[in-house]
Amino acid sequence: MKKVLLVFFLLGINTHVFSQDLLDILDSETAVNDKEIIVTSTFKGTRIINGHSVENRKAKELEFIISHRFGRVNLGFDELFGLDQSNIRFAFEYGLSDDLTAGIGRSSFEKTYDSFLKYSLLKQKRGENSFPFAVSLFGSVAVKTIKDYEPADKRSFAESLFYVGQVLIARKVSESFSFQFTPTYVHRNTVKIDADPHDIFALGFGSRVKVSKRVSLNGEYYYAFDESTSINARNSLAFGVDIESGGHVFQIILSNAITMIEKSFITETTGNFFGGDIHLGFNISRTF
Amino acid sequence: MKTIITIICYFLFLTASISQERYLTKSGTINFYSKSQIEDITADNNQVLSIVDATSGKMAISILIKSFMFKKALMQEHFNENYLESDRFPKATFQGNILNFDTLKDTAIKLKVKGVLTIHDISKEKTIEANFTRTKEAILVEGNFMVILEEFNVEIPAVVAKNIAKQIKVTFNFNHTPYKK
Repeated sequence: MKKVLLVFFLLGINTHVFSQDLLDILDSETAVNDKEIIVTSTFKGTRIINGHSVENRKAKELEFIISHRFGRVNLGFDELFGLDQSNIRFAFEYGLSDDLTAGIGRSSFEKTYDSFLKYSLLKQKRGENSFPFAVSLFGSVAVKTIKDYEPADKRSFAESLFYVGQVLIARKVSESFSFQFTPTYVHRNTVKIDADPHDIFALGFGSRVKVSKRVSLNGEYYYAFDESTSINARNSLAFGVDIESGGHVFQIILSNAITMIEKSFITETTGNFFGGDIHLGFNISRTF
Repeated sequence: MKTIITIICYFLFLTASISQERYLTKSGTINFYSKSQIEDITADNNQVLSIVDATSGKMAISILIKSFMFKKALMQEHFNENYLESDRFPKATFQGNILNFDTLKDTAIKLKVKGVLTIHDISKEKTIEANFTRTKEAILVEGNFMVILEEFNVEIPAVVAKNIAKQIKVTFNFNHTPYKK
């Protein structure tokens, strides 16, 4: 009797083993690759709003960006709520490698040329070798070419230069929520009055909330530890919507800064967002 | 004592029979091809896992969505982010029975595989025809079939509707070799 039971028992195992899900075997064979999963798409674009995000262009990708910031909406009907004025920036950005992006741009505001390099130093990872943050390094040089000086007091090229260094630290917390901290250092070769600092430290906060597969809401705030007294500078605050379609990302922005490059919007913003000094703007990017 | 010997023999026999009967590949290839008025889109995955159980005639395939390689990095990102949502649904799978598997000898023949295809967390019954070739050391399976994106809840936004075909041609090639545990 015992043996009969045993046979049945073994038959039970037998069918169990043979019917073992083939997919489970495949799963056990893939497990090796799951050690290190790099978290991608922390942000949709290479900008959160005005400032850079940790995202880079991929190797050999060329992106053309057209950005606009109109005048302040509280200028009223006479200025068509700011639409009569505008600051426009054209830029080309190119992925030298998957981790290194170079860009050049030109803003109509103060006829400023800018160039930057952004390097993705560390990637956020899941799995066994997980790492909680993505870290990118950003450096830019801008040159102001507007002739806003007395003919006798011509500004030299070196005196027109601005430098920015940033460490971008971001985390994709979930599918729909990402945030970024951005310690920033700005150096200006020339300042308006002696009381204005040449070096400005700032800390940026940015985040995005994805509301659907192709739409996200973004917010960005830069707190400056040193401020220019000559222009009564304020911290920059911006909100935006990202809409993605194929090779384009379209961003609609409300910001108290009219400028779009780090040296300007972090240190030269004068608008009071809650007083209605809001600039409507948009960024359109096309990737080739 | 006899019982123990029986059990040991049984397990030896069992493991031996399993290792003889299963064929596996970790480097199967799948290519998909979308032809439209505006552009042709194609992507390759060379790390597809596939297994054939020669005793039961069952077959299973597991595809990691992130392993599809596109020419354009941005396309690959959108494929993962917006279309297949690979963070939520990392794998596509197929599991089915090879019909008339016992007729497979050393010449190449066409066989039908009836099973369930799961993409984007949606499962559909599907019968796929494939060329089977069996040699001493391998079972080769190759062929192609069409996938209708709508059936698997893959939405194509109106702006890019002309860039992406509604039906995608999937071509596969698996060279299974004996699988020993």
